[in-house]
Amino acid sequence: MTSSFYIAWHYVIFNRVRSVTLVACITLIAFLPFALQLLLAESQQLLQSRATSTPLLLGARGSALDLVMNSLYFDDEVPERISMLAADEIADTGLGYAIPLYVRFLARNYPIVATSIDYFDFRGLAIADGRMFTLLGESVIGADVAEDYGLAPGDSIVSSPETLFDLAGIYPLKMTITGVLERSHTPDDRAVFVDLKTAWVIEGLGHGHEDLGKTNDSSVILKRTEDKVIANAKLLQYTQITTDNIDSFHFHGDASVYPVTAVLAVPHDAKSATLLRGRYLDNTQYHIVRPTEVIEGLLESIFRIKTVIDSVIAIVGLATVLAIILVFALSVRLRQRELSTIFKLGCSRMTAVKLIAAEIAFIVLASSVISTGLLAIIGANAETLVRMLIFR
Amino acid sequence: MIDIEALEFHYPQGEFSLSIPHMVVAQGEKVAVIGPSGSGKTTLLNLIAGISKPHQGKVAVADQTVSSLSDAKRRDFRITRIGFVFQDFELLDYLNVLDNILHPYRITHALNLNSEVPQRAIALADELGIGDKLKRFSAELSQGEKQRAAICRALLPQPQLILADEPTGNLDPRNKGRILDLLFENVASSNATLLAVTHDHELLPRFDRVIDFLDFRNEAVA
Repeated sequence: MTSSFYIAWHYVIFNRVRSVTLVACITLIAFLPFALQLLLAESQQLLQSRATSTPLLLGARGSALDLVMNSLYFDDEVPERISMLAADEIADTGLGYAIPLYVRFLARNYPIVATSIDYFDFRGLAIADGRMFTLLGESVIGADVAEDYGLAPGDSIVSSPETLFDLAGIYPLKMTITGVLERSHTPDDRAVFVDLKTAWVIEGLGHGHEDLGKTNDSSVILKRTEDKVIANAKLLQYTQITTDNIDSFHFHGDASVYPVTAVLAVPHDAKSATLLRGRYLDNTQYHIVRPTEVIEGLLESIFRIKTVIDSVIAIVGLATVLAIILVFALSVRLRQRELSTIFKLGCSRMTAVKLIAAEIAFIVLASSVISTGLLAIIGANAETLVRMLIFR
Repeated sequence: MIDIEALEFHYPQGEFSLSIPHMVVAQGEKVAVIGPSGSGKTTLLNLIAGISKPHQGKVAVADQTVSSLSDAKRRDFRITRIGFVFQDFELLDYLNVLDNILHPYRITHALNLNSEVPQRAIALADELGIGDKLKRFSAELSQGEKQRAAICRALLPQPQLILADEPTGNLDPRNKGRILDLLFENVASSNATLLAVTHDHELLPRFDRVIDFLDFRNEAVA
């Protein structure tokens, strides 16, 4: 049998284009279903673990999936905004506590998650380096953000403008990084955390500018009365909050109606949870959802799709296997002269079968090694891949 | 060494038939077989080697009736006792020259590929003037070099009988004499028998005997 492998190896190497094509075909057929299975299992695990640890989520009536994906995985599909009043209402029920979330803006393509300090206790997030944000304009970043951009406490990160040419739109705000979170292997690793008020500054609901009472530039002033000074667009607005200008930052209007995208509702117990859900059953403005139910629905859809994909892969796989059998059958016909030679030299039919079997073994072995290697790479990086491909 | 009696052979399709009433070749004899194209010279070599089986009659080599052996025994007999130089060389394009020469050892257990065999193969290839071509593939060789590789493969197992189908057909005159000398030297040194099909009448005086296929035809008709 050793000689059969020796001869077969030379045949495989000599006909390398044919061999590589066959190896590629078999590798793909072997690799794709398993890779898909690995990624789906990983995404299922990621989705479920995050959803399971989040009891209830309140948001504007609409897509429950958008609400969950935005609030739990910081997906860039922003649900309709609700006001801070919603969080206060939950707190007022006495059935649990509320954690407001405002996930809308980006900084260097990472989501800016505006929330309260309670969020970090709720998720069990700890600071690995530096300290928690305490002042307006300060931020804490996830481990991946810090690693990807080499950021550390003391550095700064700038929010991305939503529309570059909209003068009335969102302006970039340079935020000081005060801390880096410990890696949690959750979407929190890939987020920039700020206080809600900082997000509202990014949105333009709060701002800081030079003191109009002290400015010497008369061209900035549109109108001056006894109790009010109205400035034009020439007025210098601060794009970074520092200890020198922080006092100039102020908000207009009632902060209780400022926007958030969702409220994490953390009931005291199961009974409180049921009561809390009951309160919002008929609410026309808000709905309260259990993320696990939403994610289970999503997973059911994914697995229905997977069943279809599996069937397609099975059909394609069968077609490929048949094509490979045809290739080998045709190659045996094409090799009639060579087979005739080895028979003339004294080779038995069994030895000829062994030679062809050894060739097939090399092709299958090479495919198996490559498939296994690729699957090992996919397995080792499944979480990263799922985050890249699914939770972008 | 070769004893043929009342041999009858024909291919399933076609009108060709071969009929040899009697033919004997003695041990150590060097015999040339001549005859017009299509007269059955190559078929005769195939029948003696056991590659084809006669429909009637007996083909015996070294007192062994080849035609009555089972397929497996006939293969083993051929590979151990007979060296065959094929007219179209029958070299495998995916093996280099050395591997082609050693190929019979790798496809059967009847020959033992020990460490001494490759050394002998290299020495023999040197003698045949292809020592520097051993790592080349057959597609990279000239016709003459291919022929020498085929002769080397046939001689390596030191067979008792060498069947050669146009062994010098693709060689230039200078190499023709040299290769035939080597072939005869090998045959003489091992007291082997040589049966060579040839169209080259200049070579005939070098053989002990010449068999003309036209004689068989005439004998069969008579």
